[in-house]
Formats: sequence, C-alpha cells, structure tokens
Amino acid sequence: MRTIDRAAIPRNRPARYIPGVPKTSSPAAPARKSRSRKAPSGAPPATGTTAPGPSPALPATLPPAFADWFAARGWAPRPHQLALLAAAQSRRSALLVAPTGAGKTLAGFLPTLVELAEGSGKGGLHTLYISPLKALAVDIARNLEAPVAGIGLEQRIRIETRTGDTPSHKRTRQVARPPHILLTTPEQLALLIAHREAAELFRGLKRVVLDELHALVTSKRGDLLSLGLARLHRLAPGLAMTGLSATVREPDALRRYLVPQYPEAAMADLITVEGGARADLHMLETGRTLPLAGHTAWQSMPAVYDLIRRHKLVLVFVNTRLQAEYTFQELWNLNDDGLPIALHHGSLDATQRRKVEAAMAAGVLRAVVCTATLDLGIDWGDVDLVINIGAPKGASRIMQRIGRANHRMDEPSKAYLVPANRFEMLECRAALDAVEEAAQDTPDPRIGALDVLAQHVLGMACAGAFSEDDLYDEVRAASPYADLTREDFALVLDYVATGGYALRAYERFAKILRGPDGLWRVRDARTAQQYRMNVGTIIESTKVKVRLARRNRTKPGAVLPAGGRVLGEIEEDFAETLTVGDTFLFAGEILRFEGLHEDEALVTRGAPGTDPAIPSYAGSKFPLSTFLAARVRALIADPFEWDRLPAQVADYLVQQRRRSVLPGPRDLLVETFPRANRYYLACFPFEGRLAHQTLGMLLTRRLERSGMRPLGFAANDYGLAVFCTRDLSERIAREPGFLDGLFAEDMLGDDLEEWLDESAMMKRTFRQCAVIAGLIERRHPGLRKTGRQVTISTDLIYDVLRKHQPGHLLLRAARQDAATGLLDVTRLGMMLARIQGRIIHKALDRVSPLAVNVMLEIGRERVYGEGADEILAEAEAALLGEALA
Amino acid sequence: MTEQRPEGAPLRHRKTITVAVSLKLEKTHKTPGATLAGETLILDLSGALWLPEHRTLVVSDLHLEKGSAFAARSGQFLPPYDTRETLANLHEAVARLDPACVVCLGDSFHDAQGPARLDVADRALIAALQEGRDWIWISGNHDRAVQDGVGGRFADTLTVGGLMLRHEPADKPEIGEVAGHFHPIGKVAMRGRAVRRRCFVLDGTRLVMPAFGALTGGLNVRDKVFDDLFPGGFTAHLIGDGRVFAISRTMLTRE
Repeated sequence: MRTIDRAAIPRNRPARYIPGVPKTSSPAAPARKSRSRKAPSGAPPATGTTAPGPSPALPATLPPAFADWFAARGWAPRPHQLALLAAAQSRRSALLVAPTGAGKTLAGFLPTLVELAEGSGKGGLHTLYISPLKALAVDIARNLEAPVAGIGLEQRIRIETRTGDTPSHKRTRQVARPPHILLTTPEQLALLIAHREAAELFRGLKRVVLDELHALVTSKRGDLLSLGLARLHRLAPGLAMTGLSATVREPDALRRYLVPQYPEAAMADLITVEGGARADLHMLETGRTLPLAGHTAWQSMPAVYDLIRRHKLVLVFVNTRLQAEYTFQELWNLNDDGLPIALHHGSLDATQRRKVEAAMAAGVLRAVVCTATLDLGIDWGDVDLVINIGAPKGASRIMQRIGRANHRMDEPSKAYLVPANRFEMLECRAALDAVEEAAQDTPDPRIGALDVLAQHVLGMACAGAFSEDDLYDEVRAASPYADLTREDFALVLDYVATGGYALRAYERFAKILRGPDGLWRVRDARTAQQYRMNVGTIIESTKVKVRLARRNRTKPGAVLPAGGRVLGEIEEDFAETLTVGDTFLFAGEILRFEGLHEDEALVTRGAPGTDPAIPSYAGSKFPLSTFLAARVRALIADPFEWDRLPAQVADYLVQQRRRSVLPGPRDLLVETFPRANRYYLACFPFEGRLAHQTLGMLLTRRLERSGMRPLGFAANDYGLAVFCTRDLSERIAREPGFLDGLFAEDMLGDDLEEWLDESAMMKRTFRQCAVIAGLIERRHPGLRKTGRQVTISTDLIYDVLRKHQPGHLLLRAARQDAATGLLDVTRLGMMLARIQGRIIHKALDRVSPLAVNVMLEIGRERVYGEGADEILAEAEAALLGEALA
Repeated sequence: MTEQRPEGAPLRHRKTITVAVSLKLEKTHKTPGATLAGETLILDLSGALWLPEHRTLVVSDLHLEKGSAFAARSGQFLPPYDTRETLANLHEAVARLDPACVVCLGDSFHDAQGPARLDVADRALIAALQEGRDWIWISGNHDRAVQDGVGGRFADTLTVGGLMLRHEPADKPEIGEVAGHFHPIGKVAMRGRAVRRRCFVLDGTRLVMPAFGALTGGLNVRDKVFDDLFPGGFTAHLIGDGRVFAISRTMLTRE
C-alpha cells in the first residue's frame, strides 16, 4: 500500500524550486516565434528570483489543524511539500520531481486538503487526480482516509474514485453531484470531458494532480490525456496542474506538458527533491562461466534462491512473461525450504494477481517473480531486495525498479543485477555506471499522434458544438500537439467527418456535420454511443483464455471442454501457432495444449519431467536504450575499462581482439565468414532488436538484389547475422564500395517503402491506429465471436488503402508509430548516419567470438527470409507424400 | 532472384521478400488443374475458376460496395476503394483469359442497395467488362433483391456442361456442384508461423470457391460447416503468393 504517512518523516531534505514561465505575460507577437521545444527563457536556478505576479517564494501557510496533525505524529512537513503548497496557493502549476519515498502523493494532495479545510471549495469538484493505473487510484483513495480523518475533515470532504469498474448509476450521480476529489484514469477523463454536462462539471475545478507523470507521457495515452487537459484548461480558466514524477532526463518536457502552449509556450514551476540515499547496487557474480547467449540465467538461480532465503521480501524482476514463467519454475525446483514464492505477470488471471498482491501486503510472501506489471505504482509490502534478471535495457527503467525496494527515501535501496549471458554482463556494467552517475535515459517527448487526435475530436463533438478555429487553438495548447499544422488539423476533422477519403463517397453518412452557424456537431446519439464504446488508446492484443481441461476417461487422449479452471490468458497469435500436443510453460506449470474450443485454449498438465517444447522466449520486450547502447560500445572500445568487467568478459573481449577486431565507439564492425556451406555477414550496431530486425529485412533485400542469395537472418539487441549462399568476403574484396553501398542511408527510401507494404508489424501498427481512430470497432470481451466471416480484416483494409490512397491520414499515423515503435526506423536512421565512412570490415575464416552471440539466435527464431509460399509448399509436399506412400 | 509471379497475377498477391522460397518455386509446376464431373477446372491464382472447355470464368462473393454498406449502416468508414479493387482484379483475370462468359456466383453486391451506390467510374468499369461477352449474375443471400440495373442476365442457378453453379451449396452433396457463400480460408501453422489464405475446397463431388471480393473475410475450412459439406474429407487449394497449393485437410489447422 502506498502509505502516505510514512512520507512525512521529519528529515528535511532540500527541495529546489524553479519558477516556471509566468502564465500571464503579454501575448506579444514575438513570443509566438519562440514556440520552440526549448524554454523561452532560461529558468534561474535560485529560489524565486523572478516572476511578476504572485511570488512563488511566498511562504506556504499551513493551517493550525494541519500543523497539529503533523506535530501529533512527531513530523514536520517537508520543504517540497510546502513548496508545492505555496505554488498551489499562488494558483501556479508545478512539477514535483522526487525519488521514490519522498512523499510525493501527500505533497500533491496537501494543497487540496488545505483549501477544502478553509472552505474555499464550496461545493462541486475541486480536485481531479489522474493515475495510469486504476488500482493506484483506488489505493490512493483508501490511503487519503488517514490524513483526512486525522485532520478532522472526514465530514467535509467527499473523495471518490471513478474507473472502468464503477457502476453506471454511480457514474451518473458523480456527474450530477460530484465529489470534492475525484480519482480516476486518463480514459475516464476522456469520457467525462465528452459528456454533455462537462462544462458544468468542470467549471469550478481548481486543481488537477497527475501521478506517475513520467510514465503517462510516453505513450498515446499521454497524447490523449494532454488533449483532455487542454480542454480542462479551457473549461476551468483558473486551473492549476500538479505533476508528480520520478526523476527524468528532461523535466522541462513535463513542465510544458502541464500548462497550455498556446497562445504562447510556457512551463510549470519545477520543484526538485534531490537524491535520496544512493542505491546499494551490485552485479551478481556467481563465479560460474556464463554462456554467450541465452536469457534464462539458469546458472545464477541457486544464488538468486540464496538471496531470497536471506531477505524478507524480494522482488525478482524479469523482462518478459515467459522469462517470468521460467524463473519461477527454476526457483520452485530449488525451493527445498518451501519458501512462499509467487508469480505475477499481466497474462495471469486477475483474481490470481490480486491474491498475490494481497499476500505481499500481508507479509506472507518471501519473493515475487514479476514483469513490468509491478514496475509502477502500488507498494505491496516491505520489499528489502530487488533482483533484476536479464539485461537492464535502460538506466531509468532499472532505477525505477530498484526504487521498488525500501520505500524510505533516506535509506539505500538494495538491488542485484543478474546477467544471463556475457553480453548482458556488459550491459549490466553500463547500467551500474549510469545509476552511479544518476544518468537518465527516459524517452524524448512525443509528437502527438493523429489517430488519438481523431478520437478526441469526435469526443469534443459529443460534448457539444464546436468551432473549428477554437478547437484548433485548444488542441495546440496541448504540448504534444503544439506544432500541429492547420492543414493536418483540417485533415483530422475531415477524417472524423467522412473518413478522409479522396473518393468522397461518404458525405451523406458524415459523423460530424457543420451547421449553418459554422459549428460542428455530432450526427446522432448512436455516433456518440460508438465514441463511448471505443474511447482510449490501449489496444489489447486479442487473447484467449487458458483453461484446464479434464481428460475424457472413456476416450483416451480426448478431453472434455468444460469444468477446469481458467489459468490466465495467452495472446491469440501465440495460441494460433500451437498444435495439439505441444507443451509450453504457463502460470508456473508445463502445460499440454489440447486444442481450441470456442474462445478458449484447452490444456492439461504436462506429465512430470516433460520439457516445454515450444521455444517460446520472444526476446526482451524493451529494446536496449540508445544511451546504454552507447555506453556498451564505449566499454568494448576501451581496454582500460575492462578491469571493471568480470574476468570472463574481459577474456572474451581479448579473444575477439585477437581473432578479429574491436570496433571504436562510433564504428560499425562487419564480419564475413563461411560456415557449413553458407556465407555469413555479422554486424554489431548495438541499436536494439527492433532496429536490427528492420535493418535485417532491408539488408536481405539489398543482398538479394545484388545476387548474393541471402537465405535469412537473425537479430538480437546487439547485432545481426545474415546468411547467404554466395561468398560475401570474396564479393567485398572484389568490389570496393560494395559494403558502403549495402549500408548506405538510402535503404530507408524505396527499400523501406517496399517492405512496409508487406510487413506484418506495419499491419499490426495500422490496426492499432485504425481502432484508436474509430475506423474499426474495438472488440469487446464477451461481445466477440461472430465468426471471422463477418469481421473485417484490417490487413485487407491496409492493402486496399495503401494502394488507392497511400497518403491517407491513418497510414501516416501508422508510419509515425512505426518510426519509433515496432520498426524503430528513427533509431536505424541515426545509426546509418553515424556509421557512414566508419564501417570496419573483417573477412574471417570462421565465426568470431563476438558473432557467436548472435549466431546462437539462428534457429531459435524464425528465419525472416521465409515466406508464406515455402510454408505452403511444405504442407503440400506432405500431401504428395501421402499420395505416394 | 526474379519474381516467380505468373504474368499478370494480381498485385494483391505480391511476393514477399523471400529467397529460399523462390529458389524452390523455380522448380515447381504450374497452376494445378482438377476435374469435377468430367469437366476440367483451372483454379486460378486470382481466386477465380476457369473452365477452359467452356471459356467460362467463375468468380464468387464479390461483395461489391461492402465499404459503403458499412458506412450507410453503422457509420464505419472503411476505405471506399473495395469495389474498384475487386473490379480491377476481375479485369485482370478477364483480360488474361478472355472468357466468352463470366459467372458471378452470388453475393456480388454486399446488399440490395449496392448497385445504387456504385460510383460512376465503377459502373462504367462493369459495363466495359461485360462488353462482348455473356455475363450472368447468380443471386446470393446478400443480393437476392438485385434484379436489374447492372447489365448482364440474372439467374438462381446455372448449368455449364456437367457442372451445377449456385451460390449456396445444397444440403446434400450433388455431383458437379460449384458454389461459394462460405468464403473458405485455410491455415497452415508450421515452425511457429501461421499462414492464412483463401482457398478452393474440393472433393470428388463438389467445389466451394473462395471469395473474390477485396474486403471479404473468411471462414476456416476446419469449421464444422465443411465437415458437413465434405463428409469424406477434402483437399484445400490455398492461394499462395506465386501459385495455388493443394493441401490435405490434416495439414490445416483451426483458428
């Protein structure tokens, strides 16, 4: 539970205060020009030296009842809590950046409680709290009870939550008779501002508190929320925003997010709480030699188990669901002491997850193996050690995870990084250095997605009539959309109205219509209903339930569909590749797939000793951050750094230098070598798996065109290997410039275009955009199953649209996503620019130590050069075999 | 590494960037033929059926104006290019084979108002396709009410040689029946990868055609429906990128 009380322990840590750009300066013309992403004025580092209007340094006034409450518990309010109170009392928006355990949440609510205690709220909604997790909203509501009661406000302040689980009668009542404080999620805010009564509901709103803002802004949810906030700023002109965030690389981006960027750019005040105790962080060294590839870290499991034995409650973080399954299984095999160890990941049944959380909170567990599901938010119990298994992938991510241990800011969090292979040792070393320097690698601020804007525009039409000019100005006030052009806005409007097609076929079916008064209105109640059903930006991949089936006693080998309990859900994509009899790891058990029945995957428990047959490790979901990648390259390039590495890694690098070469930090090493009648090209860009997969696709194309007959490739986070039937070393020696041509930046032109045509990932991206923008309807659980015959395949839509209107808004939106998302084209582009003229080629007679890592991926993954026809031909051959037998 | 696409194969079936595949395909044979009730069937890569002895081209389930039907009915604005795309594919097949007769095997329009919503250019394209050849619209469950206004002749069933053409397969197997209606697709899953394609479904008695329309979904041939239609089993002819593949029922997986 997030305990608000504990945050106020009486140790005063300095808070740094930086006033933002005043909201009320004159909207002079020159200011418009400086609407760049940079702050218009350098914010002075000293406390409250500038700012006309109310001085931000004005000392906060804490009413006696509050001071008494603090005193009664032997506490004093912390400086940052008072600073935030002062900002709020001056009606200024502010960003509080503080490490875990600094009492951010109480700081966020203190101004609200003070104002309401003073009776300034009268009736109506005073404060809106928005968190990325509905569970967090519920938890905060519960934890506000203590201070509210302690200060004697429970009779005067009404606090409620509103999530997807709130019953509809309560929601209706919340609009008619709102509480003082409403705790909710971005999706619910979108629904609320699209309500016909929104103007009335939010007119008197004074404050918005955004929790875990750093996590909210990095996705399309952040885009949607920013548009909602822009609407709130318009409905409630005196509104002050408070953002609560973990330490980030660029706090200014968040400061802009909090305040309107139109008519001029501005930033919220910044309050920073320094430091917190330094983390007690180590790489786990077991003395055993780690393999060159693989992600299971099985060699380290006894040591991990030993750590669990010696601590009270350990969080064991892994990167993927399947790693979680594996780790859990391994720990159980070692668990001679019968320690209570649990498993927690997003695919498990919700009730099972709740059980684990409750057990953690009750202190009956000794360890929980978990994925990113426990990265954020709620603290379930007194964690005294965090173990991160596998590659850290990013400095900020690892710091967040470490912060889950020991929520007292002034005591060190204790954590171990557990590398699974020798490359991950390098990555762990780089992450340790980054944590040591408190270097951050949170992502860049987003450019607002057009599909999200389309959803919002329809929502605004549902709320009431709007003028095009006004809505454009409002949207530009949201920082992700600050640079939105009028042309693009008009395109979005056209898309919402009639689909945005050059062939203007749907004019008479328009969803929003411009009346004679020039205002846009929603067509009818049904359209508004459709909007409500499809709101939000989270597109769950379609899942199927995993249900334990009973064996049919009368018919050996057959199972009865009904009866068994549901273990959780697996992605439909994964389920589709299973055939009866396949075994796989799930929910901590080895399961045998028995077939699909309606929407459920039926399974039985595998016999003891069965090995899971499906190589289901899908790699890390998070690509290696650019920042850590650069550090790993630097480590490799500098032999003086090697004594800080485990000896086995240093030896490995020495071997590499002897057999091939070690590239400089900005170079790209390309090795070519023959092996078993094939010719390989291995290269090591260190740009993350997604960028490498894209690069692999493009290189394969180019090699095919130059007659090298590539057969496929494999990629991981560090590099990729392409294999061909023709001798690459010979070709490179014969043809100077061949390699430079191969890696030329122009591959991001036509080759990329052609590939996008048929890329399955691009189609998946398009599908998400199409759902968010309302082109196709969300599949609601329980409502599906009408048979594929009537559902419309987005792949077909994609093909048709790409052919007939390649510039369509949704294709642009998908492309924008692909640039940073699944295909990571942006990162690939930066890499190609970096390595021009810096390619180091080594022709070898056999595989180098470095290349072994990526070579081991071959066969474990599917070969990318493999097309549909090969699969079909193989299936056909089976028929021929049958006929000839 | 040249593409092994037969000349004029529709763009919809663009070859993916595979190398291993084309190596194999260089050695593979032509579009498979089959016979039914003594008639030669050519299962065309476009999804059409070609009856060379009768110079007749059969296409099923065009679902023209499906996009606009959705817009009219539920406010979902699917790309209004499906009709154009379907007709372009049909045009390609017609230009290549030059049939004396074209049979549209029902559900040619997604709904009864489809013809009224046709874009002028698409209407002209249909007229051009019909020029100089016999054109028969078999009625289907979606377009039973369409009886005129789009050229050609209208019928519920049609006999071509030994073949009986109708939209919906009869309950009882009938030798020589060629039908559509079910939009069959077959799925092959292998080595962690699944390929899902439209297909012709055939036994010695009857043929169920794939849907020809650009925005038409499909029903997996492992659905019970097909067990009833083909009690003795069937072979599915899946439309690949470069050719049509004959695949036994045992190699096909469910959804």
